[in-house]
Amino acid sequence: MLAFIGRRLLIAIPTIILISVFVFTLQKLLPGDPVLVMAGEERDPEVLAYLREQYRLNDPIIVQYFTWIGNALRGDLGISLRTQQPVLELIRQKLPVTIQLATMALIIAIVIGVPAGVLSAYKKGTWIDWVANIVALSGLSVPNFWLGIMMILLISVQLGWLPASGYQPFSDDPLGSIRTMLMPAFVLGTGIAATLMRHTRSAMLSVLSSDYIRTARAKGLAERVVLVKHALRNAMVPIVTVTTLVFGELLAGAVLTEQIFTIPGFGKLVVDAVFNRDYAVVQGIVLCTGVAFIFMNILADVAYRILNPRMRDE
Amino acid sequence: MSTIPDPVAAPSEVLPRRQSRVWRKFRKNKAALLGGILVAFFVIVALLAPIVPIPGPTETDWGAVRKAPSVAHPFGTDEIGRDVLSRMIWGARASLLAGVVSVGIAVCIGVPLGVLSGYLRGWTDASVSRVTEALLAAPFLILAIALAAFLGPSLTNAMIAIGLSAVPIFIRLARGQTMAVMTEDYVESARAIGLTHIALITRYILPNIVPPILVQGTLTIATAIIAEASLSFLGLGQQPPAPSWGSMLNVAKNFLEQAPWMALYPGAAIFLVVLGFNLLGDGLRDALDPRDH
Repeated sequence: MLAFIGRRLLIAIPTIILISVFVFTLQKLLPGDPVLVMAGEERDPEVLAYLREQYRLNDPIIVQYFTWIGNALRGDLGISLRTQQPVLELIRQKLPVTIQLATMALIIAIVIGVPAGVLSAYKKGTWIDWVANIVALSGLSVPNFWLGIMMILLISVQLGWLPASGYQPFSDDPLGSIRTMLMPAFVLGTGIAATLMRHTRSAMLSVLSSDYIRTARAKGLAERVVLVKHALRNAMVPIVTVTTLVFGELLAGAVLTEQIFTIPGFGKLVVDAVFNRDYAVVQGIVLCTGVAFIFMNILADVAYRILNPRMRDE
Repeated sequence: MSTIPDPVAAPSEVLPRRQSRVWRKFRKNKAALLGGILVAFFVIVALLAPIVPIPGPTETDWGAVRKAPSVAHPFGTDEIGRDVLSRMIWGARASLLAGVVSVGIAVCIGVPLGVLSGYLRGWTDASVSRVTEALLAAPFLILAIALAAFLGPSLTNAMIAIGLSAVPIFIRLARGQTMAVMTEDYVESARAIGLTHIALITRYILPNIVPPILVQGTLTIATAIIAEASLSFLGLGQQPPAPSWGSMLNVAKNFLEQAPWMALYPGAAIFLVVLGFNLLGDGLRDALDPRDH
């Protein structure tokens, strides 16, 4: 297993280098002189020359790339133009908020998606299957920012059950924090619940038609035991893999969800950075997301091998 | 000069039979038909926008600010008295255009690269695959937001950003399909009789990879429409006063208590058109799946 992880990490290196090239090129796409953007209203030639020197913009582009990537490897992703804080520090501050939102969303998605998928596969061809499929497809089709707006309208404005916006750190008030995050997490989890439901259904359908399930039934085992102990346990392999892979979907969804519910997380940081033309932050975020996504992919592969003994032997 | 006969019937010769079988299967699938009807409805609405007798999408009426739905304004009016129905009808153009154009960009770049990668293998494949993996590593919307931010906010740039973000999906699909087709006996025979690379790709590979590309294209249009609405919602897509469902929702969220209809209808429209493309894509996948024949 260690050799496998080592191999996967080695393969990841060229991909990470390419991501860094891509992120670096993004800045070069910027029309005009980036120094003018940094200087804002200040157009003093001396200031512009100082900024050019400070950001080493007079160096050849290849030297600029290696300076940038060298700094990034040491944890220096640059300074935010807006807040003058190091980008990594900003990401470190905002990430726990998004991780809490994403974790709650994932729990909600698993609680809804997996049982719905199992039931849908077990009752294949019945109205239950039909309804579950329609609900799942609707979950995939509904824009989560609209669902968020509609839920604020119904649950916060009309019924007054949950707050429409705001954030409380989990460490300060765990219950209050969960209460404020419940609606955003549900909104973020809907699409993922739909994805999980479809994968669970398909995995369960393939397992339920296998010989050992027929044997288990022929032995006279209770249907609940057949379904949970024999079928679901084997269907878990693709389900766990998909769960690891929805990371990207969660992060992208968090951008919009945090915007609607005014949650000061990673997603809101991206949007604020974009509107303030804080390019160092945008670059830092895309780089960190890309690298994290690659590690989640490796984790998915490892989970797949751990759960599937046949893969382990290969 | 004698012509060399085809080693096997070219895919184009069996197409009519296959098409009627696919159509029969598709027609039987009620969900897919519903999807087709939903998509057709929105396409017709978008095309008829200039001739529908309603106020213009940017026409303001200061005497009818945030008016609830009525006979004069069936979907109500917005914060500066514009007709919500009219903005929705014109907004359908932006959404559908964004969906089709961005997927067009993704297909035009992704499919040739994927086919070449799968056909040539070796270094071409290794390089294209590494770039694809790198692009796939950034989540679709984050990539689109970053690109739209650097290119500047506009519908055109949003379409380019979404299209470029979707390119890796088509590279990967076309590469995989090409590699699968390359192992077929008829391709082996065609190579053996010395068909040129271009002839092999256009006559044998491309016709065989069209069905999965069509399915993926339909499903990606759904994703692209949501992505365009998301970018417009964030202010990175269609710019005001031009109508777009996403930007309508962006404004509507500030008037939820006073004018909930401003948020209800544009969101419902996005949901329905995306559902339509998803149902259509699922239906096409089932109808085109050779395992079911």
